[in-house]
Amino acid sequence: MAERMIKLPDVGEGVAEVEIVELRVKTGDPVREGDVLAAVMTDKATVEIPSPADGRVLWIGPQVGQKAAVGSEFIKLDTGGSIESVRTMPKDPTGSNDRQRPTPISPPERIAPDEDVDVSVAREPARLSSHGVNRPAPGKPADRPIAAPAVRAYARDQGVDLRFVPGSGPASRILREDVDTYIANGGRAQHAAPGRTANTAVEEIKIVGLRRKIAQRLQDTKRRVPHFSYIEEVDVTDLEALRVDVNSTKKAGRPHLTVLPFLMRALVMALHDFPRMNARFDDTTDTLYRHGGMHIGIAIQTVNGLLVGVVRHAETRTIWECANEVQRLSDAARAGMVTREDLGGSTITITSLGARGGLASTPVINAPEIAIIGVNKIAIRPVWRGAVFEPRKIMNLSSSFDHRIVDGWDAAEFIQRLRSFLEAPAKIFMET
Amino acid sequence: MEPMSCTVLVLGGGPGGYVCAIRAGQLGLDTVLVESGQLGGTCLNVGCIPSKALIHAANQFELAKQMAAGTMIGISVSEPKCDFAATMAWKDGIVTRLRSGVYGLLRRAKVKLVTGNGSFRDGKTCVVESDTGLQVIAAEHVVIATGSSAVPLASLPFGGPVVSSSEALSLQAVPARLVVIGGGYIGLELGIAYRKLGAEVTIVEGTGRLLPQYDADLTRPIVSRLRNLGITVHLDAKTLGLDPSGTSLKVELGDGNSMRVPADKFLVAVGRRPRLDGFGLEELDLTLSGHAIEVDDHCRTSMRQVWAIGDVTGEPMLEHRAVAQGEMVAELIAGNKRAFDKVAIPAVCFTDPEIVSAGLSPNEARSSGRQVIIGTCPFIANGRAMSIEAGEGFVRVVGRADNHVVLGIQAVGQGVSELSAGFALALEMGTRLEDIAATIHVHPTLSECLREAALAALGHALHV
Repeated sequence: MAERMIKLPDVGEGVAEVEIVELRVKTGDPVREGDVLAAVMTDKATVEIPSPADGRVLWIGPQVGQKAAVGSEFIKLDTGGSIESVRTMPKDPTGSNDRQRPTPISPPERIAPDEDVDVSVAREPARLSSHGVNRPAPGKPADRPIAAPAVRAYARDQGVDLRFVPGSGPASRILREDVDTYIANGGRAQHAAPGRTANTAVEEIKIVGLRRKIAQRLQDTKRRVPHFSYIEEVDVTDLEALRVDVNSTKKAGRPHLTVLPFLMRALVMALHDFPRMNARFDDTTDTLYRHGGMHIGIAIQTVNGLLVGVVRHAETRTIWECANEVQRLSDAARAGMVTREDLGGSTITITSLGARGGLASTPVINAPEIAIIGVNKIAIRPVWRGAVFEPRKIMNLSSSFDHRIVDGWDAAEFIQRLRSFLEAPAKIFMET
Repeated sequence: MEPMSCTVLVLGGGPGGYVCAIRAGQLGLDTVLVESGQLGGTCLNVGCIPSKALIHAANQFELAKQMAAGTMIGISVSEPKCDFAATMAWKDGIVTRLRSGVYGLLRRAKVKLVTGNGSFRDGKTCVVESDTGLQVIAAEHVVIATGSSAVPLASLPFGGPVVSSSEALSLQAVPARLVVIGGGYIGLELGIAYRKLGAEVTIVEGTGRLLPQYDADLTRPIVSRLRNLGITVHLDAKTLGLDPSGTSLKVELGDGNSMRVPADKFLVAVGRRPRLDGFGLEELDLTLSGHAIEVDDHCRTSMRQVWAIGDVTGEPMLEHRAVAQGEMVAELIAGNKRAFDKVAIPAVCFTDPEIVSAGLSPNEARSSGRQVIIGTCPFIANGRAMSIEAGEGFVRVVGRADNHVVLGIQAVGQGVSELSAGFALALEMGTRLEDIAATIHVHPTLSECLREAALAALGHALHV
């Protein structure tokens, strides 16, 4: 009987010890060359240990969960048995056992009679099963990474194991650039599931027209204006009740009211008390222009990008007129029919993404204004009302201010005033 | 004698050993090469080089005989003669010239050459019995490159009319009758050459096939050429030994009958085995793998800083493998990061016609569990092949079915050995079938068949 001792193979640079995480065989099992005997784990990867020969398991050293040194004795095979008997083992009745797949096998190791014990380290390349490396089907010798000799030499010089490097070339061939990318990523492969290849296409898109304008303005604003954002939640239960009631009883021909016109009216009321917020700041002349007229900018999303339409002199408009004007501006903007008069000169801006408004946002000021009010989505939340939790409709306001002009205290006071109007909507319609 | 010390000691001056020594010298390592006989090893002295010279001479003579007999291409000559002694002298001249080149290369790389039989005292010390006495050499690294020798048959020991391939390359005269025992590449190459030089040749093979490491498609043209040359082949034939007179070989045939094959020379070419004796290997107690020194993919043995390269490490026993290993070991000793990571070690059979095999054959590829696609282009479809009367044979490409990566390329035909570089390059570069198909192959050359075979594998051959 010929025996063959399989030692734990060196699974990678610098790994001295591995943990046995899975044993696929037990003593007495027949194995064929290439069958997975066990899986071991290093700090880098889980590696499958294939059988170097046909035979039968005689002895297993370390068990699952134990750690063992690289090169230590692991599994002893009886390689002298008749291979035919291994080959004709009854197939797993479920047919699911890959290890007994009747694949073609390599000829049995030839062992001369005077070499009873052949001690050798399993030489087959260890198979990697994690870190995005393609995992060969069980029982099939691992494919070597495909790379030109110069790339292999380069990888070796850099201390890179090509089995971990995803190839970007045809048939996943590893190029020198792939090794560089791998090194640049700190030796981590970008994940690519088996059978998927990384899409390395890069489309060049010239940024022109409105988008370029937006880009330039936002870049300029963000560079010049020190923003700070203030986020507060507003209980809009009563406002929503009022809004629903008004919408259901309104006269024919009047527009459907969203939250926005209410907010505009509340803003007008709050600005009466905080006139500094309704202003434009010319930082080239260090002059703040405080406007009497409240020209509320409304951010409007169009297919080409963001526009800010202006509802002029909101202080003169009823809630219905506000609603009508917002509708007219957004229709015009989306139809590409806005005029210059509709766009410039706002003194404060509201930005709302409606139901997509999220929890909070950090809006960018529509310079040279000094404040922008962002509206987040309305959600029903439990609110502690003295004795019990009540379901209330809560909406956050996320606002940004030009910190050169507006102090945090003032901003907070301003938003609290705005909140007080929104939470008691009757006050919006009271003359002060 | 004063003991020497060095960084690298290479034992054996064959291609693996002398290349290792040259490269080590180039890398600035203090290197000593120990060789008891001639530099150049089996390959240069009694293998590849002289056999190729002999085969070339035989081919030229055969060609001249065909012309004398009246050939299709309209050239006639009078009956040619072969002055075999002059042929041998010409062959020896080539060997001598190449060998002196090796001395020059070693000198230029500042390698010290110590001539004599080297034997290890331990893993760091070698004692050389030179003409001038015992030379002790201490080395940091030891590279074993002792090569291989022809396997003798117990029933037919070397001596007298029984020769190995080495002696068969230095015969005084063409034997009238030659029996070749062993139908591998060495036996066939020499058998065919001597047949062309005029010997009656009989090949006795113990198994059921000639060149069993190649598939039947590749060997078929050789089998038919043997028949065409009038070489007798006995398969499944067991060699029982010479009769007492030493003039005929007793052979037991597959059907149980035995016969006697009379001959003047008996060439035993049943294989080669690593040379493990006579250099103190027992002092090192290295792990063996079968009858070879076991090495890993860095050519490290089981002992630290003891390396082994070439035939002594087992199959495939090929010069180009030994050279690649020798070069690598020198680089490793110099501190560079290297590994023997070749995709393919191509093998060539200089029979008539020649066989090249690089990478996996269709069966090897299939038995590794892969789906493969195969494309073949026969030389009969190739203009160049027809114009040099080489229409026999084919080029065959084996690719993976899923991603078309080339797994193997084989060819059989006249002069296909020179196609082997392209085959190996394609495999090392991880080429896909599409890459070969998209590369311009010069017209009119035999190499066009490689592109055509790749096209055939892809399902759109143009000329087949």
